[in-house]
Amino acid sequence: MATTPTAEPKSNRIGLSVIDYKGGKTTLCAGCGHNAISERIIEAMYDMGVQPERVAKLSGIGCSSKSPAYFMNRSHSFNSVHGRMPSVATGAMLANRNLIALGVSGDGDTASIGIGQFVHLMRRNLPMIYIIEDNGVYGLTKGQFSATADLGSKLKSGVINDLPPIDTCGLAIELGATFVGRSFSGDKRQLSTMLKAAIAHHGTVMLDVVSPCVTFNDHEGSTKSYKYVKDHEETLQEMSFVPHFEEIDVEYDPGTTVNVTMHDGSSLRLRKLEEDYDPTNRIAAMTRLSQAHEHGEVLTGVFYVNTKAPSFLDMLNMVDQPLATLPESVTRPGKAALEAAMEELR
Amino acid sequence: MATTDIAPQGTGGQLGRKRIVNDMSIQVATVNGSGSQSSNTVLLRAIFQMGVPISGKNLFPSNIAGLPTWYTIRANKDGYIGRKKEIDFLVAMNAETAQDDVMSLAAGASVLYDEPLGLDKLRNDLIFYSVPYDKLVAAVCPEAKLRKLVKNMVYVGVVAQLLEIEMGEVEKAIRKQFAAKVKAANLNLAAAQAGFDYAKASLQKRGAFYIERMNKTAGKIIIDGNSAAALGCMFAGCTVVTWYPITPSSSLVETMIDYMKDYRIGPDGKATFAIVQAEDELAAIGMVIGAGWAGARSMTATAGPGISLMAEFAGLAYYAEIPGVIWDIQRVGPSTGLPTRTSQGDILCTAFLSHGDTKHIMLIPNSAAECFSMASDAFNLAEQFQTLVFVMSDLDLGMNNWMSDPFEYPTTPIKRGKVLDKADLEKLGGFARYRDLDGDGVGYRTLPGTEHPAAAYFTRGSGHNDKSNYSERPDDYENNMERLNRKFETARSFVPRPEILKGEKAKIGIIAYGTSHWGIIESRDQLRNEYAIETDYLRLRAYPFTREVHDFIEQHERVYVVEQNRDAQMLTLLKLDLKPELTTRLRSISHLDGLPLDARSVTDELSTMEGK
Ligand SMILES: Cc1ncc(C[n+]2csc(CCOP(=O)(O)OP(=O)(O)O)c2C)c(N)n1
Ligand code: SF4
Ligand SMILES: [Mg+2]
Repeated sequence: MATTPTAEPKSNRIGLSVIDYKGGKTTLCAGCGHNAISERIIEAMYDMGVQPERVAKLSGIGCSSKSPAYFMNRSHSFNSVHGRMPSVATGAMLANRNLIALGVSGDGDTASIGIGQFVHLMRRNLPMIYIIEDNGVYGLTKGQFSATADLGSKLKSGVINDLPPIDTCGLAIELGATFVGRSFSGDKRQLSTMLKAAIAHHGTVMLDVVSPCVTFNDHEGSTKSYKYVKDHEETLQEMSFVPHFEEIDVEYDPGTTVNVTMHDGSSLRLRKLEEDYDPTNRIAAMTRLSQAHEHGEVLTGVFYVNTKAPSFLDMLNMVDQPLATLPESVTRPGKAALEAAMEELR
Repeated sequence: MATTDIAPQGTGGQLGRKRIVNDMSIQVATVNGSGSQSSNTVLLRAIFQMGVPISGKNLFPSNIAGLPTWYTIRANKDGYIGRKKEIDFLVAMNAETAQDDVMSLAAGASVLYDEPLGLDKLRNDLIFYSVPYDKLVAAVCPEAKLRKLVKNMVYVGVVAQLLEIEMGEVEKAIRKQFAAKVKAANLNLAAAQAGFDYAKASLQKRGAFYIERMNKTAGKIIIDGNSAAALGCMFAGCTVVTWYPITPSSSLVETMIDYMKDYRIGPDGKATFAIVQAEDELAAIGMVIGAGWAGARSMTATAGPGISLMAEFAGLAYYAEIPGVIWDIQRVGPSTGLPTRTSQGDILCTAFLSHGDTKHIMLIPNSAAECFSMASDAFNLAEQFQTLVFVMSDLDLGMNNWMSDPFEYPTTPIKRGKVLDKADLEKLGGFARYRDLDGDGVGYRTLPGTEHPAAAYFTRGSGHNDKSNYSERPDDYENNMERLNRKFETARSFVPRPEILKGEKAKIGIIAYGTSHWGIIESRDQLRNEYAIETDYLRLRAYPFTREVHDFIEQHERVYVVEQNRDAQMLTLLKLDLKPELTTRLRSISHLDGLPLDARSVTDELSTMEGK
């Protein structure tokens, strides 16, 4: 009998260790922001005690869209086509409403080729987490500007971007997404907190995560470089998250902190850094985003959250069991039904 | 032809000697949006209820209201229900086209026209009947607003009287048409009766055409192919439908929505399905694929332009091996072509839809009954082979009215294919998604959400090994491509076999598919009776081609491939599949005017090509 007990490997509330949330070895460039985001996803899923088998990872095409291979190997994953992951995610959720859909896209994948599907996804408020790993360029095709590149941002080759950027957060809020925020791959604490709240939310979560491309867009003159973001980041709130399975032990001051009760009972605490910012006010959120553009700020935080709106799946009034596994006795009406249909046609 | 000499009636000259019974086509020329559809349906039904085989075809413009529309009813005692080239009886309700409509008739045809049109001056080799519609309608319909709507029902009564269609059957058809709306039914009935009475009192029958009661429709139904497909998909256990409206496929999903609401809502009031109108076809197919990946029986319905948009996803589904069913209700050309005319023009592009080496299973129904039964086949094949299955219908089949035997309840159970669940994984410990364990080219899959640590796999296009791990190794790619080919070859013996009609001694074969069937069966009789040309006939029902197709070509000196497209698309596909020495036996007969194939065109062309 051993006398000195070996340290138990740490485990989460469902008894899994962090290893159970790991993915394959990354093939992205060292220092790529996307890798950091993968790490945060692993942490958040582990901390929240999400059963990995319930998660469906979905992505389009790009360096960012490759990244689901580098986290959560115990979850099914679908690396689909460029710009059209939203429709694949929608189909998957129709088939199995119990899945937790986690979409990873890039700024090219979302804001250019995929803008059509993106806006319709936001409009439907499909329960899913949609992450844009936003580096302002097409990494995988070697550094061309994307539609989120800021006016005046410069490519390595010296080319200047002279078209205005699409603000995916503004679009998402306008169209009906119910949890919208922006973060930075380099901000561990904020991103982790936002991801946990995202997991607790039922509806479309749209997170635009600025995620520098160290190979093609991290130089002087770029507005999506580590340095630029650090210098220009304005944070709306200081946030903390208390999951539903933990005791709430810290009091908060309602004068300075907004407490959002998420669908699963968790609490998202947003300590206001800007006095009168109300994340449940859509119009205010859009106004604040426009101001950020005017002032050249990289504004981060939870811009908008709405825990009341019905999700797309709620509206479809489907049976509780996943459609995918309904038995024939339920999906094939009986002979009498066919006879009745035939009789109407005689 | 069942013709009997009878005494000439009235002033028809040499016309009216013969009595042609239950063999005619009646064309109603109206204006789109004028509400003539109810009258046409009533007329069709009344004849059908008298036991006479019928079909009803709507030739309509790409327009909501105001452009000319023609509805053609064919009644034929021998059961030929394809399009007949000649019109025997014209109901001219549209002032704009009346002249052309009359001028294009063959001598001896009858014309029923609205009195003010004065068409009888146009020709002297036709039989004209004029009807003062407005006067008749005013008498039965005091409300001026409604007159326009019931005016059409007047011609039903006139035609009934002239052709000897029983008014009792007209009434029954009107009651069915207006169902619970008793007031509307009564008003329409009065209009039909007014037409009947007028004809009886004021018109003298001179034409040769008559409808007589017979017994060839007992128990049968009238349905369009899209509704049949909708029913078929419902009984096939379809659970997810995504779509983007496009003529002529929209009515498939719209009808399905109604049927699903009637029959697929559980006792708790909840739906056992999801139907989603997508933002475009790119999304519709994406949703089908997402749902198929996650285990649903998913489908969409579209037409050519939608098929084009689905191309990239179709390739992904081929490589990633994801089931799904796509109905292509084929129509002519691009959106600014003739989107409301029929065609079989998507065969080649669909067979190979997408980039790289892709090929897809296609099923080709020829009738409403096959739209129903092939729906189950399509879903079973899609899941068995983990691939997309395209059902190639067309506008003629999908949107027109067809007589059919009632559909048979599916006898094959729903087959979900090789799906491993939690219990299987507990026994096996793990699995390799793309490994060919059974030699049929089909691997085993798991569904997202399966609660087992070894259930997950990573889905992507062709860059993977048999464990679905990322790989760019040449041998992994090649092995995968070979296996996909093996899978397609296996499918050959599982897709619906062709229908073969064969005699003892014919040297000539005909190959056709889909709605061309109805012209072909009639043309074969014409060829035999008029030219003494014996033919055997093979009707393709699927791609890839089964063994029987090769055998059939091998057994005939010349094989005419009849299709409704310009470029002999199916013939081209056949050539790719055949031994080189057999390809020279194929001849193409193509029909491409946007109208359903008629027997006479085939007979003329084939007999000419045979030197007759
Ligand atoms: C239909 C199609 N067009 C173009 C491409 C080429 N392509 C691959 S990735 C990519 C851009 C990806 O950019 P982004 O989404 O920003 O991802 P990142 O690599 O920057 O993470 C493009 C254009 C493609 N795969 N498919
Ligand atoms: S190219 Fe850019 S986006 Fe792609 S992996 Fe490298 S750093 Fe990341
Ligand atoms: Mg990018």
